[in-house]
Amino acid sequence: MNERPELKQALGRLLGPGVPEIGCEECFDKLNQYVELELAGGDTDRGLPGFKAHLDGCPACREDYESLRAFVGGGQAL
Amino acid sequence: MATATVAAAMPEVPAVRSRPLDTESREWLASLRSRGAEQAAAIERLHDLLLRAARFEVARRRPGLPHLRGNELDDIAQEAADDALMSVLGRLDDFRGASRFTTWVYKFALYEAAVKLRRRAWQGREVPLEPESWGIFASSSATPEAEAQQGELLRAVKEAIAEALTPRQREVLVALALNGVPIDVLAERMGSTRGALYKTLHDARAKLRARLGDLLEVIE
Repeated sequence: MNERPELKQALGRLLGPGVPEIGCEECFDKLNQYVELELAGGDTDRGLPGFKAHLDGCPACREDYESLRAFVGGGQAL
Repeated sequence: MATATVAAAMPEVPAVRSRPLDTESREWLASLRSRGAEQAAAIERLHDLLLRAARFEVARRRPGLPHLRGNELDDIAQEAADDALMSVLGRLDDFRGASRFTTWVYKFALYEAAVKLRRRAWQGREVPLEPESWGIFASSSATPEAEAQQGELLRAVKEAIAEALTPRQREVLVALALNGVPIDVLAERMGSTRGALYKTLHDARAKLRARLGDLLEVIE
């Protein structure tokens, strides 16, 4: 079924990342650190393990991440 | 947000070393912790920053909110900035310099605006706690073999959801992962928090993965 990416995506939404991940509160606590580390080209997987897995499993936290990254990385911030 | 650590088995992580504060961040903290006119001016500047971030979030989400008028959207941005200001001022001691101070404060405004907009988008709508559609799981496949495999998967998933989960886990999983209800909306309706609901979702997902076992290995 590898030719069905949409099925894989639906399964991903249902079953989550399936690897160790942090929770929503820790994600919010470290969001600013993660975004700056990423924008600086740092190793986010090593620096903040479990963070990306949580973004894969939690659409709301992913949206928060995308917003902060777009705002800070896109030159919108002062 | 509630305290809820999802992963019990996260790898050992070196303690986050806070770097020395940059000059701008130090100045922000000093002025916000001062008294009188200096503090008032700093709070006003901080509110301006938060409002700028909240308006950015509102503008980003505006295409998905066609029923909201401009003044309503700006009211939401103002409320988000006000709430974010209270959060930031109440948590100044939590800022350890892991990022610039401004990056730290922006996340509060973006978060408050996003939560308010998600809730607004669902205002007056019933939150579905039963499966609305199995959509993709039921769609036709390219070959009879793939279709049979997909049918087997769908049956197994439905069975696992019905039999392996507690009623609470089932409701949360179905609402969030099948029906696409935003977690903040569900948290508000259930009188819970994002963190607590995600913990429930995480536990439900782990049970489903364990139950589906070998079937998932074939598919993934």
